[in-house]
Amino acid sequence: MNYNVNEKGYYGEFGGAYIPEMLYPNVEELRQNYLKIMAEESFQKEFRALLKDYVGRPTPLYFAKRLSEKYNTKIYLKREDLCHTGAHKVNNTIGQILMAKRLGKTRIIAETGAGQHGVATATVCALMGLKCIVFMGEIDIERQAPNVARMKMLGAKVVPAISGSKTLKDATNEAIRDWINNPVDTHYIIGSVVGPHPYPDMVARFQSVISEEIKVQLKEKEGKENPNFVVACVGGGSNAAGAFYHYLDIPEVGIIAVEAAGKGIDSGESAATSALGKVGIIHGSKTLLMQTNDGQITEPYSISAGLDYPGVGPMHANLFRSGRGEFISITDDKAMQAGLELCKLEGIIPAIESSHALAIFENRKFKEEDVVVVNLSGRGDKDLDTYIKYFNL
Amino acid sequence: MSRIKEKLKQNKKLLSIYFTAGYPKLEDTVEILEQLEKSGVDMVEIGLPFSDPLADGPTIQASSQVALKNGMTTNHLFEQLKDVRKTVSIPLIIMGYFNPMLQYGVENFCKKCAEVGIDGLIIPDLPLAEYQEHYAETFKKYGLINIFLITPQTSEERIRQIDATSEGFIYMVSSASVTGSSEGFGEEQEKYFQRISSMELTNTLIVGFGIQDSKTYTQATSHTNGAIIGSAFIKMILEKGLYGISEFVSSIRKV
Repeated sequence: MNYNVNEKGYYGEFGGAYIPEMLYPNVEELRQNYLKIMAEESFQKEFRALLKDYVGRPTPLYFAKRLSEKYNTKIYLKREDLCHTGAHKVNNTIGQILMAKRLGKTRIIAETGAGQHGVATATVCALMGLKCIVFMGEIDIERQAPNVARMKMLGAKVVPAISGSKTLKDATNEAIRDWINNPVDTHYIIGSVVGPHPYPDMVARFQSVISEEIKVQLKEKEGKENPNFVVACVGGGSNAAGAFYHYLDIPEVGIIAVEAAGKGIDSGESAATSALGKVGIIHGSKTLLMQTNDGQITEPYSISAGLDYPGVGPMHANLFRSGRGEFISITDDKAMQAGLELCKLEGIIPAIESSHALAIFENRKFKEEDVVVVNLSGRGDKDLDTYIKYFNL
Repeated sequence: MSRIKEKLKQNKKLLSIYFTAGYPKLEDTVEILEQLEKSGVDMVEIGLPFSDPLADGPTIQASSQVALKNGMTTNHLFEQLKDVRKTVSIPLIIMGYFNPMLQYGVENFCKKCAEVGIDGLIIPDLPLAEYQEHYAETFKKYGLINIFLITPQTSEERIRQIDATSEGFIYMVSSASVTGSSEGFGEEQEKYFQRISSMELTNTLIVGFGIQDSKTYTQATSHTNGAIIGSAFIKMILEKGLYGISEFVSSIRKV
């Protein structure tokens, strides 16, 4: 079985491009060109050089000794938190900005929730001297003031999304509307493995450098490329897609996706899409989606602003539906404890998104000889306020 | 013969109005339809409200949110339309996003449409290829016409493809824009209307997006067979209520 995208843009029954005709030329232009451009030698050379010298790749694969001792299994952390700008998001924005330049685009738009993808997009726009407009929910702008300031310092214009629930999904709607209004000169840098085909595949390919490196690094450290398990948190699912990518079709590697249960799956305040979602269409993609019986998209909740997306990338929907991936949801409380534990045991302050993945060890048994790689997708600096409030620091 | 095709055969410039079902009040739907027909409107698009209307500007977004808050649902809309054909005879089209129809069950949705007397559907985010592969037969089975959109960026090849699949009219989006733009039409639109008109397509052309008054209506219909007004109508209703309908319609048609 193949868990990657097919020629029609589907992962099993999920994916496709459910877009208004106004977006068809933009998306079609990208679809016809993205693989060709990515395969060009000059593209690869420039992409790889920037990942190395600008982002700081390869990121370390770190054996977490004290964490491993505590849980009596072998735990490695893939240190995406050490990427420039503080998370894996920049792998994708570097790739897409190079893509945009080759497509002759001069204006970049992006959506952002907590601001990480917005910062990563503003960063590469500054790097390339391109105009950057970031859509951000009005409520998120209030909640994430430091990231708003960062984007402004980097020269981006931050536009508040005042429609709907004024959060990530609405920021995405606004970015799509902007793209409809500016079809010729603009490229839309989507931040996750969501949206119409070819976005989920393109973003997954840019992020796949994560598992590409894990293979090489694990071979050095353990004498084998394949761990027993790869664990990653999933909101839209870009860090997970990158960490799983080169293991999708290797059945002996267990794939574990950790979703945000928020205050509990049945609490009405959750973002656990695999548990709560039904097949539906969001932002141009057929996927699992949290919605009412009447097909209205509902607002998810998580303490982590990077995981509260009502859908999930179509690749992940298919991993769930096919049984290839094991899906677990972790509450706010468990994630916060796991984050604090990593601070105390390993001296690493993780992003709250990544803390969800780390909470796997309190919630699932691994064998002593298992090699478990956790994708530490981001660092916790941006979450200090939330940590301070939660733990009364 | 379908009411839409019948209407298109009349040799006149058509005026079609879009409004959001459940707005401003939940139970306004049928009364708005009756008044539109009385005022001489040729066709109506009934908007099925959606939480995330990607192709719509602020006016229709806001009306959709109010309608949902008022309690509009797919079931409730069909309930309201149950007897509409006793009092309204112009063609009625439901315009909405695909997800609510998918949840209702596409076949079930089409069946209900046929039962209450809906003639066609406009679903901006259901792409041509998906429609052809999975839904065309169901639509036909229930006698529903699916209306496709084209834009100034749509390639000639694709326009021909859409023309071949359409039966009825093609919804010509006036400019690269979401709904509710109020910039008026310039030389660029004029050229675009001419260009498409000179393609001599099989289907009738009706222009939508950005039509707000008699001037833009006249511009839009100089090379095409009709125009659709949405946001401007909704704004009027917000200001004047249902009493403003007949005055609004005559103000558009005055030359």
